[in-house]
Amino acid sequence: MNALELSDVRKIYTMGDGSDVVALDHATLTVADDEIVALVGPSGSGKTTLCSIAGGILSPTEGKIVVAGEDISDYGDKQLTKFRQESVGFVFQSVNLVPFLNAKENLTVVDELGKRTGKLAQQRADLLLDELGLGDRKKNLPSQLSGGQRQRVAIGRALMNDPKLVLFDEPTSALDTELGEQVMELIRNEMKQRGTSAIVVTHDTRITQYCDRSVHIIDGHLAA
Amino acid sequence: MNLALKELRRRPGRFATATVIITLIAILLMFLGSLLDGLIRSSTGAIRAQDADAIVYSSTAQASFPRSRIDVDVRTQIEALPGVDEVGGIGLVQLGARVPGNGPRDLANVALFGYELEPEGVPAPPPDGQAYADEILKADNVEVGMTILVGPARTPVEVIGFVSDTSFNGQGGLWASEATWRSTLAENRPDAQLADGVWQALVVRGDDDIAVQIDAATSGATDSYTVSEAVNAIPGVEEQQGTFNQIIGVTIVVALVVIGLFFALLTVERLSLYGVLKALGAKSLTIFGGLMVQAVVVTLVASTVAGVLVVLLDLVIPPGSIPIFVSAGSILSSTALLLLAAAVGCSFSLRRVLKVDPASAIGTTG
Repeated sequence: MNALELSDVRKIYTMGDGSDVVALDHATLTVADDEIVALVGPSGSGKTTLCSIAGGILSPTEGKIVVAGEDISDYGDKQLTKFRQESVGFVFQSVNLVPFLNAKENLTVVDELGKRTGKLAQQRADLLLDELGLGDRKKNLPSQLSGGQRQRVAIGRALMNDPKLVLFDEPTSALDTELGEQVMELIRNEMKQRGTSAIVVTHDTRITQYCDRSVHIIDGHLAA
Repeated sequence: MNLALKELRRRPGRFATATVIITLIAILLMFLGSLLDGLIRSSTGAIRAQDADAIVYSSTAQASFPRSRIDVDVRTQIEALPGVDEVGGIGLVQLGARVPGNGPRDLANVALFGYELEPEGVPAPPPDGQAYADEILKADNVEVGMTILVGPARTPVEVIGFVSDTSFNGQGGLWASEATWRSTLAENRPDAQLADGVWQALVVRGDDDIAVQIDAATSGATDSYTVSEAVNAIPGVEEQQGTFNQIIGVTIVVALVVIGLFFALLTVERLSLYGVLKALGAKSLTIFGGLMVQAVVVTLVASTVAGVLVVLLDLVIPPGSIPIFVSAGSILSSTALLLLAAAVGCSFSLRRVLKVDPASAIGTTG
């Protein structure tokens, strides 16, 4: 089963003056199971819009979106909220950890917002943090962690709900080159170990070497 | 909810300003409430203490003792009613009293009642020339066994014991026999003295609706009240309550605005965090519920601190110096009002929380 199938997806924003802006134009993309795809494009090209639609954050104007066999094209807000809780993981550009929660709690917060499995979530958070090399940093607040450690916590959070698809939004933009490469290696290893698919949104072509393939997007149009 | 409580626990400084402001408002609110209770209590104790189903004044008296006259034949009519069990006369004279040991101009304000049916907490009428004093007169150095001189005629009245919560119009109650009241009235207010058998008002025990029956039976000669009606009818009581309730209402509105503004600012500060939480699958109502929990906890903490401070203030204020009555009921009702204000104030942020777009977490430039 493919992790993601986008078919002829369009997203049109209506601006304040009534004019329409096409952010995504007839985008068709398939991400296979266990595949890591780099979505490369300049600012304003539509890559964040595509990522948001694939993750159930935005609804498309038209087109079909199937994530791990689940057709979310016509989902309403409530269904999309549940879908995000259970089926996808996000790593945001500025990491965006909850500042007053420690590393472990930043992972278990996903459980608190969703199914509330309690002890199971605690065990999974411990396991993920150990695997991410943060076993001794579980009680540290984000402010007590380095940039790379914070990024690893964010990756752990994205993996908490055992998603089929993880969306990385510019995961290395706030890191220096060396740390960025370490993080990309970590992302690749973690995704491949788990058989989880990923889309890595970036405008930095250097990190595409860590992905299975690259897809370029310009002015809302996808090009392989 | 856990998230909201953790933030409160780990970032208390973030909520300190709001907690201090709400504490000050809560102190003001509780102090005003206690002051109102104290004023009403000191104005109405003598009426509230009446173990009665009706208090009967003459029809033109407007529930004022000095203006009321109940003649013997009216009393006889009332006593003859089938629903009436007991009838007792009650009369009042309000005067200044000289207390031994106090300065000549340092008069204690007393409300001397003559009575036939004993109010709750007051023994049967004492022998002539003696009286039970309300304990607020202790603030004027009145003691048991002391003889105080009442009014310009300096009528001697010996205090033989204390009773509580029986003051009237802010004056300490003195509970005396009919003869003591009549003589005190005659000596100090000769223009207001009454013929034998004539009382200012009657206390009636009987059927629950006896007040209505009495007024119907006396063909409009009387104006009868239940005890609670009589309390509210005391001149000035409703005005006092109205004024204080308006001040309390304005204070509640101020609390509502303060809480509303604080949490609105907090919401604006956290929009990006809320965007992330929504992207992770948080429902708007979960986020708003967290805000509400924080508002309630902050208000509860502020109310608890304020309650303790008001109780301490009550202990520090010399008894009788100002009419304040601090009670658990007053503190709890103020807390409940503040919690309501917190809930309403916090709800101003609901729309903003609902409008937070999870897409804001993922950036909009790409």
